[in-house]
Amino acid sequence: MNARRKSHVGILLIAVALAVAPFAVGAGLGNTWVRILDFAALYVMLALGLNIVVGFAGLLDLGYIAFYAVGAYLYALLASPHFGLHWPAWAILPLGALVAGIFGVLLGAPTLRLRGDYLAIVTLGFGEIIRIFLNNLNAPINITNGPKGIARIDAIAVAGQPLSRGLEIAGMKIPGIYLYYYLFVLLALGIVFVTVRLQDSRIGRAWVAIREDEIAAKACGIDTRNVKLLAFAMGASFGGVAGGLFAGFQEFVSPESFGLLESVMVLCMVVLGGMGHIPGVILGGLFLTVLPEAFRHGAGPLQQAVFGKVLLDPESLRMLLFGIALILVMLYRPAGVWPEPRRRREMQGGK
Amino acid sequence: MNVPVRVLSLSVLAAVAVMGCGKEEPPPPPPQAAAPPPPPPPLVVKLGHSAPLTGPQAHIGKDNENGAALAVEDANAAKIKVGGRDVKFELMGEDDQADPKQGTLVAQKFVDAKVNAVIGHLNSGTTIPASKIYSDAGIPQVSPSATNPDYTKQGFKTAFRVMANDEQQGKVLGDYAGHNLKAKTVAVIDDKTQYGEGLATQFKAAATAAGVKVVAEEHTDDKAVDFAAILTKIKGKKPDLVFYGGMDPQAAPMAMQMKKLGIKAKLLMGDGGCTTEFVKNAGDAAEGHYCSLPGVPLDKMPGGPKFVERYKAKFNLDIQLYAPYAYDAVMVVVEAVKRAQSAESAKIIAELPKTDFPGVTTRITFDEKGDIKDGAITLYVAKGGKWEALETIGGAPAAPAQPAGMGGMSGMSGMSGMGGMSGMSGMSGMGGMSGMSGMAGAPAPAAPAAPAEKK
Amino acid sequence: MDILLQQVFNGLTLGSIYALVALGYTMVYGILGLINFAHGEVVMIGALTALAVMKPLAAAGVPGPLAVLLALLAAALVCMALGFTIERVAYRRLRNAPRLAPLITAIGVSIVLQQVAMLVWGRNYHSVPALLPSANHEVLGAQITEVQILIIVVAALTMSGLMLLVNRTRMGRAMRATAENPTVAALMGVDANRIIALTFVIGSALAALAGVLVSANYGIAHYHMGFILGLKAFTAAVLGGIGNLAGAMVGGVLLGIIEALGAGYIGDLTGGVLGSHYQDVFAFFVLIVVLIFRPSGLMGEKVAERA
Repeated sequence: MNARRKSHVGILLIAVALAVAPFAVGAGLGNTWVRILDFAALYVMLALGLNIVVGFAGLLDLGYIAFYAVGAYLYALLASPHFGLHWPAWAILPLGALVAGIFGVLLGAPTLRLRGDYLAIVTLGFGEIIRIFLNNLNAPINITNGPKGIARIDAIAVAGQPLSRGLEIAGMKIPGIYLYYYLFVLLALGIVFVTVRLQDSRIGRAWVAIREDEIAAKACGIDTRNVKLLAFAMGASFGGVAGGLFAGFQEFVSPESFGLLESVMVLCMVVLGGMGHIPGVILGGLFLTVLPEAFRHGAGPLQQAVFGKVLLDPESLRMLLFGIALILVMLYRPAGVWPEPRRRREMQGGK
Repeated sequence: MNVPVRVLSLSVLAAVAVMGCGKEEPPPPPPQAAAPPPPPPPLVVKLGHSAPLTGPQAHIGKDNENGAALAVEDANAAKIKVGGRDVKFELMGEDDQADPKQGTLVAQKFVDAKVNAVIGHLNSGTTIPASKIYSDAGIPQVSPSATNPDYTKQGFKTAFRVMANDEQQGKVLGDYAGHNLKAKTVAVIDDKTQYGEGLATQFKAAATAAGVKVVAEEHTDDKAVDFAAILTKIKGKKPDLVFYGGMDPQAAPMAMQMKKLGIKAKLLMGDGGCTTEFVKNAGDAAEGHYCSLPGVPLDKMPGGPKFVERYKAKFNLDIQLYAPYAYDAVMVVVEAVKRAQSAESAKIIAELPKTDFPGVTTRITFDEKGDIKDGAITLYVAKGGKWEALETIGGAPAAPAQPAGMGGMSGMSGMSGMGGMSGMSGMSGMGGMSGMSGMAGAPAPAAPAAPAEKK
Repeated sequence: MDILLQQVFNGLTLGSIYALVALGYTMVYGILGLINFAHGEVVMIGALTALAVMKPLAAAGVPGPLAVLLALLAAALVCMALGFTIERVAYRRLRNAPRLAPLITAIGVSIVLQQVAMLVWGRNYHSVPALLPSANHEVLGAQITEVQILIIVVAALTMSGLMLLVNRTRMGRAMRATAENPTVAALMGVDANRIIALTFVIGSALAALAGVLVSANYGIAHYHMGFILGLKAFTAAVLGGIGNLAGAMVGGVLLGIIEALGAGYIGDLTGGVLGSHYQDVFAFFVLIVVLIFRPSGLMGEKVAERA
């Protein structure tokens, strides 16, 4: 079997695994886990988007969730009774990508000179500013409905059929969360495809050049300004798409979904998975979505099994374990769980 | 989740039946008086409860869960029978971290676990997205504390709440500021949360209508501790009264900082500030401030004073905020189970609109949307480190089992030793063994006399 | 006029609190180039530990200021041990790791500290007894309490003390050398590990001090109080130029005053369109503008990016 053949078989296996995953998970663990997979797919999209900014271009962004928020609110405003608009998802999602991309440039443009931790605090501030505006823009003119959030958002519909209603095929009922899973996974795969192609393109190499040494990159004739702005815009647009999907999936958005901690979480996914390495980032997104939920289901029973009684609050224990897991993973895999091969070499050489 | 309701409720039944029958033989036919029959296996009713148990609102979330846990304990002690079988209520408490996303995950977990009803969630932001999942699965949901009007506007048959939404309370407070406190000018602060802002908006409208001039509108957030800047600004406007729409973690330092800055105006707050924590944490600075709580003072309701005492005894904590409402939310479901003589979700949903129940907070009836019907609102003033009830406004006439002087207007001001949600100890004389037995209408013989049941 | 002065006092107090916490961030950053995101939680642990010591002491009749001093001592010891442990466990191994790795462990440490505090002290808010002299003074029509004066003085003294330590002592020289180049410093006989651990310990003692003063000023303490405080202090440190001690002080005070004036006057300035709910927007906006013109903060040196 030659290598090409092998990779085809690999892709086929992954495709089959992705296709049967919700049914296997749903039957084995319950529909909760299918919903967790839905969110995992959303977070993989977010992590991949942030990876462009942080992983490829090396720009530390602590306000990434703002773009997710922009996408989500755009969907909410254009497809809910709030303004009485009911645009179809397929019109809103690309628009969400565009608008979020513009916001990305808005953030990027004034911060081009900033580096490292200074950039981090400015992006953090930007994220907070967006959240505060979402929370406050219900007066004097009600745009975002303020802290109440926007309810009764239209579900994402395919061919006029809202996904949330599920599907009936040959007498078998497939719940909405399964359908959302396929939609999210397909879009996530699309984003994977785009990022892989980007990485191997001139732009991708320019990003890496900036990450490694901005001055040298400039000397090589790279227009660092535009290339950086492009990174912000691309990353933001993926966030915008994910946000729109989130709004259509939840059918409700409110500012509390877009706090600083969410930005930090997505950053953790990127770093913990393996910055700049697409499979690693996907793994990071999956891992950090699934882990807290696994602890939710497992922490109580585990404690019962080990100590014979409940010593600690299961909820505290859950977060405690999560914190410890973050520390341990980083201590033992400082470059991420699945780092870029090149980076791994650097790490070993450095010691 | 789109499992049809019928299938789901069937599976609930099946699950219950399996659980019930697993351990012992099926219930025997009605025996003759001769030998005492072996007790039939208990019918297990699972109640999901969801609130933030970690993060900044954890203290309020745990409070809700404790209130619900106490209710479940009482419900079990009341030895309710359904179809001749004992009912055993079980509480499944989950942490949603006040995060809408986790709210839906918890909801899905409840659906998978086939709970019979859900108590929760605490925040509107988690309650609303979760309510759709419950509605699709046909599981009744009673929120003790979500106040966003949208929650019951979605047209779900499964959604109920036992807390008045912000509109009523804000209105009462605005009237009170103008007519009773005779304020001419007021400064309004809110915490820009759904709750605080909703309350403040309603207050402003009602206060303006009552002839009070709003001279300043300031905002803070639900994590702040420093209010010096906005208070200084307010001081410059010299209002007669300061209204705060928010919770006690902010209200207590705010009261202290008002004192430091030499602001003489009193603070008027909604239920978020109407807690023992406020008077405890603000100390001297709490003196003379006002607050309101939906419902009737606890010592006026059957089981109320007992509730406060028993809460304190069981958890070694003061009631934070919504525990009595969570307690009532559970009891409303328990009553529905009893009336329906079934633990099936669909039957509970059918019974819930008929609720007419004297809870520990107020008499609970629902309107067609699932909102609590014209609840009473009680005003309190902080005096000597305690909340003292001033008067109760509005509300349905109280249930018959009450001491005289209930409901309506009534001047409870004379009652000493009461303190809002707590400190009513020693007042009672109501409610027997458990706060429940009296009102549940269950035959209330001394509980120990009943044949010993297998736990 | 008295209103403006009052706002300046408000801002000064708030700013001094930010500055005290920011000093801890900046010390660690100065030597390691690392944002110790767990610092806010150390402040929280300091406040709650002090409270746990303070309450029984006060109940036993120990005079207020002495009880606070003893509580501060206990809190400082606990926090110093904590700071030492955090550095040892979560950061030391990662000193040569990619820049963002310690950021993630710091977030992990924050989560762990918060949960531990929640388990130890419960979920409720705690009232802090007013043991420090808290009489109100009127200065030109504005109110200021003794606790506020104490905070401002302590912050200024702490900063001066730290500057003396870093610039005038043998240990300070070792610290500067380590910050410059740990390898070369080691060749010169500086025990870099010891110096770094020491920096963490000093920073944590400052955190305890900040925790005690913050909780005394606001009269309230809670297991979640560290997060926002840490975030604001971090912002202040960056505004002043992170790594620079005087910068932390300037950044802190400036941020406090910006917030106070922002909340106080933004409504009047914008004709009521934006109110005090845009206070943080205003603060971040100023931060962004400052950084656009001075990309390394107000007093920061121009430094090359650390890889």
